[in-house]
Amino acid sequence: MTVLVLAEHDLGRLSAATARIVAAAEKLGPVDLLVAGEGVSAIAAEAAQLAGVEKVLVADSPALASLAPEAVATLLARLAEPYEHIIAAAASTGRDSIPRLAAKLDLMPITDVVAIHGPTRFDRPIYAGNAIETVSSGQAKHLLTIRASAFRPTVLGNSAPIHPVNADVATVAKFIAAHRTESDLPELSTAQIVVAGGVSFGSAENFALVADLAHVLGAAVGATRAAVDAGYAPNDWQVGQTGKIIAPDLYIAIGISGALQHLAGIQGAKKIVAINKDPEAPLMKLADIALVGDLFEVVPQLIAGLKR
Amino acid sequence: MKILVAVKRVVDHAVRVRVRPDGSGVETENVRMSMNPFDKHAVEAAVQLAEAGHATEIVVVSIGQKQSNDVILTALAMGAHRGLLIEADGRVETLAVAKLLEAVVAEEKPDLVLLGKQAVDDDSNQVGQMLAGLLDWPQATFASEIKVLGQGLEVTREVDYGRATVAVPLPAIVTADLRLNTPRNAALPMVMKARSKPLAVRPAADFGVDLTPRLKLEKVSPPPERTAGRRLATTAELVAAINSELAELEAL
Ligand SMILES: Cc1cc2nc3c(=O)[nH]c(=O)nc-3n(C[C@H](O)[C@H](O)[C@H](O)COP(=O)(O)OP(=O)(O)OC[C@H]3O[C@@H](n4cnc5c(N)ncnc54)[C@H](O)[C@@H]3O)c2cc1C
Repeated sequence: MTVLVLAEHDLGRLSAATARIVAAAEKLGPVDLLVAGEGVSAIAAEAAQLAGVEKVLVADSPALASLAPEAVATLLARLAEPYEHIIAAAASTGRDSIPRLAAKLDLMPITDVVAIHGPTRFDRPIYAGNAIETVSSGQAKHLLTIRASAFRPTVLGNSAPIHPVNADVATVAKFIAAHRTESDLPELSTAQIVVAGGVSFGSAENFALVADLAHVLGAAVGATRAAVDAGYAPNDWQVGQTGKIIAPDLYIAIGISGALQHLAGIQGAKKIVAINKDPEAPLMKLADIALVGDLFEVVPQLIAGLKR
Repeated sequence: MKILVAVKRVVDHAVRVRVRPDGSGVETENVRMSMNPFDKHAVEAAVQLAEAGHATEIVVVSIGQKQSNDVILTALAMGAHRGLLIEADGRVETLAVAKLLEAVVAEEKPDLVLLGKQAVDDDSNQVGQMLAGLLDWPQATFASEIKVLGQGLEVTREVDYGRATVAVPLPAIVTADLRLNTPRNAALPMVMKARSKPLAVRPAADFGVDLTPRLKLEKVSPPPERTAGRRLATTAELVAAINSELAELEAL
């Protein structure tokens, strides 16, 4: 059976998450990839190159410009009939619209899937990742959100056909404004290297040290909730249970205690480096490489050393 | 306006849960329970709307075992006016929760339903969106700011790229994120007063919703363990260690 996947995109580009969701969905069947938005033909062309995609469906309409959940759920409900699986990334759009769609179709959704054991069996973390539940579903359709970080991306080299679909949707909600964090660093949720800082940096100015180190390494920047709450970092840098879930090859945590809600976001990290003045901090006890020290001494030295 | 707030009793967020050896779930005996943190922000938002003169009545509802009384009392102490406990034993899936809430909305006719964006036990992040879908109401999830504007709300939401502001007409569903506000700790007189506020208890069966789970919970397992690695003594060693990691990544 063909699988319907909702493509993630932003600022006119297909998001890196999409290639990962397609790779995950491919385990379930050939993929129809839906690109919804306004003026998305370039994105659709990118989507058509992903291996595993049978066809690209394009819903292009001003009413889809902000991907309001009412509009996306209406669109997906109209397309749902022939599909046994409908999948989106566990990111803002998917989290917002998949459960809404599920209720409309009288289905139980399965969200934040991290492993697929077959067409009806899935793993998802609970309790901030302190347990993994395996669920199976006997429902007629399976509506999933998938954590992109748990899957490797599919490759390019396809040229799937592109079909426009009826994009006639309406929403009573009005989009007012986007407040974006401008940054020339890699996207946090799919970055290979992430440097993250905690509230111990003490100010937004000091937190810039994290970005400085990230620049040297070509890494993305992450932050703890405490650092975001204090106003040192924007909310979209938060890593953890209520922030982004990441699985970089290298995670460098600076002045981060390792609260369980933070650890929830980095369980998939391959190597963890921790720098903390407290040798007993929970993160120091599970890091692959740990250095006890004051971040205000260590980080500038580290930047200088790595530049060499 | 009239506000309905949904709250859930969960294992306290500071407790590190243990998976039961038989894989049937996590150990919830003798662990501290409290109101889901996100729901506290939802209650606080409702109380602030009432204090600002925008809301006239706040009804708080919880679905669960008898003990969920606790979290309703907490919400009443924070300033909600009236409570409803829908008693249900066992696993109640989010779809059934949304349907029960839909039935409560039909009875109470609120203009706004506030919920936490997710519960920290099953981390589903589903109920608000599902209730909005069932009612065909607009939704503003992951809210970090709520403003009343004319006949509707202007809500700022935390999203992947930063924040997004949307305007929704009422009735609407809003789910709370952690930066929405700072929930108050109710002072003792408020806690005492809460006990005299109306709190209805009704069995889930009253609402005519099928509670049979749709999903089969096959097993619950612990996550892979991480163990401590190397301790370095100097920043120079750390520079070397990171350089060798980078070299390894490049080789791939
Ligand atoms: C419902 C809920 C959801 C949450 N979601 C998240 C989430 O998604 N992400 C998240 O991160 N948190 C989340 N939290 C918060 C979490 O519980 C912690 O409070 C937070 O992660 C702590 O951040 P921190 O490590 O920056 O601060 P702290 O815990 O205060 O740790 C600071 C650390 O810095 C070290 N330090 C201090 N000074 C220096 C120095 N000069 N040099 C070196 N080290 C130093 C200290 O030894 C300490 O280990 C959530 C909490 C709740 C209740």
